[in-house]
Amino acid sequence: MPEITQALIAAADLVASGDSKLLAIIVLSLRVSLGAVFIAALIGLPLGAALAVGRFAGQLPLTVVLNAFMGLPPVVVGLFVYLLLSRAGPLGPLGLLFTPAAMVIAQVVLITPIIAALSRQIVADAWHDYAEQLKSLGAGLTQSIRTLLWDTRFSLVTVLLAGLGRALAEVGAVMIVGGNIDGVTRVMTTTIALETSKGDLPLALALGFILIGLVLALNTGAFLIRQTAQRRHG
Amino acid sequence: MAEPRRLLPLQMSEVSYRINGRTLIDRIDLSIRTGTRTVILGPNGAGKSVLMRLAHGLLEPTGGQIRWNVPEARPREQAMVFQRPVMLRRSARANIEYALKLAGVPAGQRAERAMAALARVGLETIAHNPARVLSGGEQQRLALARAWALEPQVLFLDEPTASLDPGAAREVEAIIDAIHAAGTKIVMSTHNLGQARRLADEILYLQAGRIEESTAAAEFFRQPRSAHAAAFIEGELPWR
Repeated sequence: MPEITQALIAAADLVASGDSKLLAIIVLSLRVSLGAVFIAALIGLPLGAALAVGRFAGQLPLTVVLNAFMGLPPVVVGLFVYLLLSRAGPLGPLGLLFTPAAMVIAQVVLITPIIAALSRQIVADAWHDYAEQLKSLGAGLTQSIRTLLWDTRFSLVTVLLAGLGRALAEVGAVMIVGGNIDGVTRVMTTTIALETSKGDLPLALALGFILIGLVLALNTGAFLIRQTAQRRHG
Repeated sequence: MAEPRRLLPLQMSEVSYRINGRTLIDRIDLSIRTGTRTVILGPNGAGKSVLMRLAHGLLEPTGGQIRWNVPEARPREQAMVFQRPVMLRRSARANIEYALKLAGVPAGQRAERAMAALARVGLETIAHNPARVLSGGEQQRLALARAWALEPQVLFLDEPTASLDPGAAREVEAIIDAIHAAGTKIVMSTHNLGQARRLADEILYLQAGRIEESTAAAEFFRQPRSAHAAAFIEGELPWR
């Protein structure tokens, strides 16, 4: 028990001192995961909305696959992206392996299905109410999709946060394609894994608390925004 | 200024609508002409809403033909207001501007036209309030303003007061009258006899997907020709 207490104190010190190495790790984590969420949202939101509104061949299988891919194992995604980006792979010449860009790619693969599948559900529910009115006003498919995405914006924030939470918390994919290189591709989760296996608990614990605190803060913020917005806009 | 093209008459010939083995509209022949306020009357499930959706173009008939006096199947100069209006998650004024945008009204004219439409239904003071937090009656007035702003030649209203209290319903009726007075053809469904008496010039009595009677309102209420309509007016249960 004393080791844990000691580690906790050391962790608190580390956070309080604003250690530059710790800060760099946190910043990289946020850059990678926020970047991944941004790109995944650009793909996933329209895709989810199109699946909710459109009628096209392959719609049902695609929906089933997206739903299933919400639970993709990060290490497997990491492995596939690794194979794509490795020197012998089809995207090898880009030289992206073991860079933050590779980590973003892996996380985009991981969370796009989450964002698409969850937003499909939300937009489909809204479409159920809106369809006749929008058709009556003469909205085409693209216009309807834009309107629905905008009108469900408060719910979609939660979807994006689910994606961000998943991206920030996963370790398998970024470990494999990033390589956990000190100062280059080391993020919070990979550091925690490494330091724990090395027995350096203070750094691992400090990062663990920061990670939990970060996710908590983001979700609290989003919850409050959603509450106020829904009270004001109905 | 060029004379606007005329949408009416709307001709329906042998129009049917079947879905999942049920016939909701059964070989209806109908001509909707300009001028009068047409009220479609009938019990629940008679097919009133389906008939209006067919005319408005939200549904395709499974049999027969629907023809406007213009080439398109779904011309723009007609609008519809639903029993429960769907308000977009934005301000009252923005809801109208959205409809104007879809109707191709240039951006520079939308704000002014939206405000004018709000003023006509007495909602100019809440122009900037979010539409979804308005009361049911205000939302329906906003829906009427949104449809009216499009300056349709024909306005379909599907039980527009069915979810409203009597006071709000009267306000909505007054607006419908004003829209009619401004030159728009009104086609409205209701199962409320009092409302039909107040608003109708002409009654279409619908029963089980068939038009049983098409008469001037005064005559219909004095002496309906079909037994079902007579029973409906008497408040009897038409299926007995």
